[in-house]
Amino acid sequence: MRTALFWIFSVMAVGSALGVVGSLRSPMNSALSLVVSMLALAGLYVLLEAQFVGLIQVMVYAGAIVVLFLFVIMLLNLRGSGAVGAESQPIMKAIGAIVAAGATFWLARTLASARAPWPDVDEGFGTTRAIGEALYTDYVLSVQVAGVLLLAGIVAAVVLAKKKID
Amino acid sequence: MATSTVWVAIFLFALVLLAFAPIMTWVERKQSALMQDRIGANRASILGFKALGLIHPLADVIKMITKEDTVPTGAHRLLHFASPFIAVVPAIISFAVIPYGGTYEMWGAHVSLCVADLDYGVLYVFAIGSIATYGSMLAGWAGNNNFGMLGSIRVSAQMISYEVALGITVVGLFMIFGTLKLTEMGVMQQETFRLFGFLEHLGFVAHGTGWIDWVTIPMWGIVLQPLPFFMFLTALMAENKRAPFDTPEGESEIVAGYFIEYSGMKFGLYMMGEWIEVVVISALLTAMFLGGWTIPWLPEGPMIAALTPVLGENMANLAAMVLAVHVFLIKVVILIWFQMLIRWSMPRFRYDQVMNLGWKILLPLSLANIVITALGILIVQEVTR
Repeated sequence: MRTALFWIFSVMAVGSALGVVGSLRSPMNSALSLVVSMLALAGLYVLLEAQFVGLIQVMVYAGAIVVLFLFVIMLLNLRGSGAVGAESQPIMKAIGAIVAAGATFWLARTLASARAPWPDVDEGFGTTRAIGEALYTDYVLSVQVAGVLLLAGIVAAVVLAKKKID
Repeated sequence: MATSTVWVAIFLFALVLLAFAPIMTWVERKQSALMQDRIGANRASILGFKALGLIHPLADVIKMITKEDTVPTGAHRLLHFASPFIAVVPAIISFAVIPYGGTYEMWGAHVSLCVADLDYGVLYVFAIGSIATYGSMLAGWAGNNNFGMLGSIRVSAQMISYEVALGITVVGLFMIFGTLKLTEMGVMQQETFRLFGFLEHLGFVAHGTGWIDWVTIPMWGIVLQPLPFFMFLTALMAENKRAPFDTPEGESEIVAGYFIEYSGMKFGLYMMGEWIEVVVISALLTAMFLGGWTIPWLPEGPMIAALTPVLGENMANLAAMVLAVHVFLIKVVILIWFQMLIRWSMPRFRYDQVMNLGWKILLPLSLANIVITALGILIVQEVTR
């Protein structure tokens, strides 16, 4: 059951990831493929007992960030206009393909050598409580630093937007 | 053991869905008619039998199914077909984490009235709800219609804005209950606290003074977090896009907004999605703020214990279960009525008003609420120690 689900989600994730780069003519199709890819990834996280991470993946990435992508696509009204312009640059395409193939090869080699069975985790792993405890005890400094970084980002965004309004 | 649990919960799930959504179309018409001094739906009849207009939902369904299902030229066919489903399915599956009652032992079975008691309960509803955004957003875009596009852009902006406030308003409640599970919240809300207990802790009154123990208040979410209750309700109603937050539909400006190009049952699915979401909102608020399935000052454990000598253990549990479901549904119905009251009392907000309410009022207030709640928890811990 678990293995079957793993294959379903993996094929979905990889297939829709290819769809993101493959659908050159429609940015909308690319963005929607990205959503499917992220949902499939969330499924994989849940299979790996990281339920909270999977849920946040759905909520933040699929449910908010890609919605913003779609929002921009709609505002600019990019409707199959071929605005990507990748067709006209064969050298770039070739370089991209070679790099991608190399990366895939190394990744596959590494993963194949580290083949492991399904994780055997104890009760309560991946729950909200466990993640909260880990974040606020062992990794509290990282959380604080991330918070400060995000705050700086928000302030920067406000300053930039305000300049435009003024 | 586990199967009986799921079957009872799924039965309630189906009951709520199938019974509430159609009847709500009737309730909505009747209530708006009452509020506007009209009679309301009373024309549909079977052989002259009108049943107060209760046949109207049936007539609606027949009308919607038999209508022509048009697909405009230049539409994205797949997305145009899929959007209504993306909009309505999340609303339906949100019910999975709603507890209609506690857990009961009867005839050797362990019955829990919650389909999926997930560890991250409420977050599941938020995550599923954020997927529902696509259903409305893609609808306007896929129809190849400029009014639809405007509706889509409004929908996406509004739903993203209120999702932020939605999550943050209830953080205070999570902090107090220390859980995201709706079932655990329900159990905790059965407890009471002594209204004047702080006098004893601060030493103003001697320990064990009788009258202090008499005045108790149930630990309902709305008592502990009164302002977030209304902020959460506001954010949820904005997410649901019904009046007064229906700028994405805005009949007077953009005709019907994002679902302008839908006809027949696909249009019906959008309507159904909205009504189901009204029930979801009510159920969620009931479970989190209004004590869920519990009756104030009457905790379930002692109640079952008191009934056991009279009815026997199995029947006592069954009685408690039936009572719990009814209490839950009564609270849900009251909240549905309240939402309809708001819908028919308020005119539509202007678009900038919707945005201002979300970003400039709800968000700062909910952030302040987190700080104040944290302080409150610390003070209570200090005093009661």
